[in-house]
Amino acid sequence: MLLTLLAVVTIAIVRQRSLFGVVILASIYSFLMASVLIVLDAVDVAMTEASVGAGVSTVLLLATLHLVKTTEMKRVRPHLLPLFVSLGTGAVLVWGTLVLPPFGTPDAAIHKHVAPRYIADTIKDTNVPNVVTSVLADYRGYDTLGETTVIFTAGIGVMLLLRKARRRGRRDDAETSR
Amino acid sequence: MSYDLVLRVGTKLILPFILLFALYVQFHGDYGPGGGFQAGVIAASTVILLAITCGLDLAHRIAPQAVVQSMVPLGVLIYAGTGVAGLLLGKNYLDYSVLAHDPAHGHELGIFLVEAGVLITVAGTMTSLFYAFVERGR
Repeated sequence: MLLTLLAVVTIAIVRQRSLFGVVILASIYSFLMASVLIVLDAVDVAMTEASVGAGVSTVLLLATLHLVKTTEMKRVRPHLLPLFVSLGTGAVLVWGTLVLPPFGTPDAAIHKHVAPRYIADTIKDTNVPNVVTSVLADYRGYDTLGETTVIFTAGIGVMLLLRKARRRGRRDDAETSR
Repeated sequence: MSYDLVLRVGTKLILPFILLFALYVQFHGDYGPGGGFQAGVIAASTVILLAITCGLDLAHRIAPQAVVQSMVPLGVLIYAGTGVAGLLLGKNYLDYSVLAHDPAHGHELGIFLVEAGVLITVAGTMTSLFYAFVERGR
């Protein structure tokens, strides 16, 4: 049911030409995705998807629409090559899932490596009952440090980009007024 | 520019609860779902909501741009500094067991500090991005 709704929203996004509609549909898509993640018992990820994907991204995209035109450009010619590339990539991915163990199998390779130790030792090692938190901030601390640095770098980059363009715009205004 | 009265009053009613929920998500992340990333975004959303309903000037007064922008590197520094503290106390980088007398408590403290760093960076980045877009649009 949820996956059907996801497919419907995706088709609507592709067919929609007003970018405002696309942003709102993308927000709905994120909420549906969060529901799917809750069904999969991944509440931490669902929370992130709902707050980042549906919340802040929507606001930032709307703020971007304030800066640019709000209707999609008419396409000049059909994009055949990108279509083939994406269809090919999708086919390869589906082909890859064929050899994966069935969903939820307890003896799949991913459940046999370090996961049992994390689940068994989290209280003893860290006093933190939520395994997601202890894996995120302790066992895989380097990864999360990298993740935080990525957010830092991306934020600084976008801020510099917007600020530089603003200054240049001001100088242009001054030159044209002269 | 005047803003809608219902929206303004409604926002002021709901803001403390959103902020409280952000803190709950942050500090209850050890027991329930949540953590620095989610709490940071929720905290940033309070400022964004305030800016949308009550105007950018009020948001700037409550969360000044200089403070928000310095939060972006500060969080990363707290995170990395927690790692360096482990290094200085004679263990590996990001090994929290030396931060307190009991290794498990050290890990608890380390996770708390690291999550605080994540919260500060995420909240700062989201708010500054919003400010940057809005300033550009003016």
